Amino acid sequence: MRHKRTGDTLTFILEGELDHSLADEIRGELDALLTDRSIKRLILDLEKLSFMDSSGIGVVLGRYNLLAKRKGTVAVRNPSNRVDRIFRMSGIYQIIEKMQ
Amino acid sequence: MEKNTMRVEFSALPVNEAFGRMVIGAYLLPLNPTMEVLEDVRTAVSEAVTNAIVHGYRGKEGNVSLSGDIDGNDLTVIVEDHGRGIENVEEAMVPLFSTAPVEEERSGMGFTVMETFMDALNVESKVGIGTKITMRKRISG
Repeated sequence: MRHKRTGDTLTFILEGELDHSLADEIRGELDALLTDRSIKRLILDLEKLSFMDSSGIGVVLGRYNLLAKRKGTVAVRNPSNRVDRIFRMSGIYQIIEKMQ
Repeated sequence: MEKNTMRVEFSALPVNEAFGRMVIGAYLLPLNPTMEVLEDVRTAVSEAVTNAIVHGYRGKEGNVSLSGDIDGNDLTVIVEDHGRGIENVEEAMVPLFSTAPVEEERSGMGFTVMETFMDALNVESKVGIGTKITMRKRISG
């Protein structure tokens, strides 16, 4: 997956179908990048995501827990209506930001 | 469409979560569903198949079966495993409830997603025997 670092912000672009199978892979990739403790903000760009089930909630929540320990934040950018609906269902927007 | 049934069985491997979605999508195509309906069903099936793999078998070998029944515009999907079964179905269906280890980061939203995206959801489970998830949805093309 592609990613970009700007200051203390890491932007990570998610592509394909985010299910339980891909979630494991993405979690590994993200956590390797996030071992750099100078990263305080993670933006997950979801524009290119063609599918997501509830496994995606776990990925976002897990990274939130990680960043919260260093007083960092997590945001999701450009979720599709469907992905947005799944996030809303879980109440996750109470702790992470949605960006357009 | 007349009555049309199908049944596939596959190994309980994460790689087959995408396969299950593909199968149900292809099976529905002759009904000419809207993108919205197609994605509802694909998402619900993805959740059910994942449950079977993650909770039913927990890495042990086994098979998951996915069957469909189309009668007119009514779809019934059944996802069944012969894994460990769910001890307390009522509890399992509560949003955010999960028995998976914390490090696996399961959100506990699987049944909620199935319930929301389908018209009806029924879960039958026996510990040590397995779990059968039956979902229904009206497909109007």
